[in-house]
Amino acid sequence: MVIKMKEHFYEAEMVKQEIAENKRLSKRGFLDTRDISMELNTLLNADGSCIFTYGKTKIIAGVKILIDKPYPDNPDEGSISIGIELSPMSDPSFGTGPPDETSIELSRVVDRALRESKGIDWKKLCIKEGKFVWMVYVDMYIMNNDGNLFDACEYAALAAMKNARFPKIELTEDTCTIVKGEYENKVVEFTNDPLLFTFVKIDDKIILDPELVEEAASNARFSIAITNDKKMVAIQKGAEGSFKIDEIKDIVSIALKNYDVVHKKLMNAMKKK
Amino acid sequence: MVKNEEWYFDQKGKRFDGRGQFEQRPINLKVGVIDRADGSAYVEWGQNKAVAAVYGPREMLPKHMANPNKATIRYFYRMAPFSVPDRKNPKPGRREIEISKVSGEALSRAAELEQFPNTAIDVFVTILDANAGTRITALLAASLALADAGIPMKDLVSGTSVGKAGGKLISDLSKHEEDAPDAVDLPIAMLPNSDEVVLMQMDGPLTEKEFNEILEVARKSCKEIKDMQVKVLKERFKDDFNGD
Repeated sequence: MVIKMKEHFYEAEMVKQEIAENKRLSKRGFLDTRDISMELNTLLNADGSCIFTYGKTKIIAGVKILIDKPYPDNPDEGSISIGIELSPMSDPSFGTGPPDETSIELSRVVDRALRESKGIDWKKLCIKEGKFVWMVYVDMYIMNNDGNLFDACEYAALAAMKNARFPKIELTEDTCTIVKGEYENKVVEFTNDPLLFTFVKIDDKIILDPELVEEAASNARFSIAITNDKKMVAIQKGAEGSFKIDEIKDIVSIALKNYDVVHKKLMNAMKKK
Repeated sequence: MVKNEEWYFDQKGKRFDGRGQFEQRPINLKVGVIDRADGSAYVEWGQNKAVAAVYGPREMLPKHMANPNKATIRYFYRMAPFSVPDRKNPKPGRREIEISKVSGEALSRAAELEQFPNTAIDVFVTILDANAGTRITALLAASLALADAGIPMKDLVSGTSVGKAGGKLISDLSKHEEDAPDAVDLPIAMLPNSDEVVLMQMDGPLTEKEFNEILEVARKSCKEIKDMQVKVLKERFKDDFNGD
């Protein structure tokens, strides 16, 4: 997310000075990610939820699993839907009103990372072919914006989905209804845990997991999603700057190397709750 | 054209539409197609057809959107309702808004926006006919229209789309290939003179090795397409301004 320069002008200048000396304001290394913590399933009306913190960035993800009609061209496949609300309570630059291009880009990139990993078997989300399938809705609210909403939202959505339970249903020949308040002992299965890695470029140097002021100092952004079998499944280059081909190749290999570290961090946070 | 067939390569390694592995569809460029516009262009890329118009630099309205340091490019990528097999709702969808955002950012890198503070440069692109690869077709048209409008530019934006289908890396996916179960689509736009990547998106799984290989193919194609763009612009301005 590129925030208008004037809002963080002085902080951005400080970031640039530090980067020139190969340091970050936060004392992190260029390729270090922030700490992850989460609380799972604390919202009782959601089928799954995750209050996710990534450094000081905080996100609430809620899952609702509903019955829907399948698309005619895929009668035996369910689907997921990702929605992200840039809540005006989380940042002075976020406004009210319908989603703007920033939030549309954010939710589409997160959606693409999760969907293109093909880690969910869509056929397992089928209840009855041609009639009823599961739709997994993941809606996220930004609670505090301290940068890198792309990665934070993707991790939060993944954690929330992996811990969401399917509601109990009553199925007859023509009807399918959810039994309120009762759950099956079944969660959304994600087989290859895609993780998103977002880099920004500040004066020709590239850093991973930017904070808000670092985003303000940056002029180009690169996000890449990696699965646990070390395949790249989604890419988005953003903002007005550019990357050289060799820089992109470096970013890819850094992201691949970082996968295990971040995956472990995320799984540990998930176990701790 | 062959449709609904589950094969992507024949025994000789040719693709379903007779193209070679890294062969692009024919590209046809035209500059100056809309009289009223400050700059305009029309691009055909295989079946894809895009027309672009540039207005500006002009006053930014609403005024609070103006940037006191430079011009702002506002890019509007829109698909006509009749451009796809089903009727597309003319209301801009989330996909169109996202493509507009990243394409506008790509053009912003190429244009010398600092010369026109506080102004807006509006770029309107309409897709008339679509068969995979429309965002790059649109961007080529927009880049030519920007040059046609006389806006100073560091470089032209040229681009291509590469990817994978039927188990092999390929250039310039058509719709049939884009719908393959293992399809990877990787649209990329570059400033070919400085080798800078200004737009890149990808969906679908690729290994690092495949990615590096296909990037080199894309880099080469971008240079070829830039030569075509330069040629058509030279053609447009070969007479002096009074001779037109």
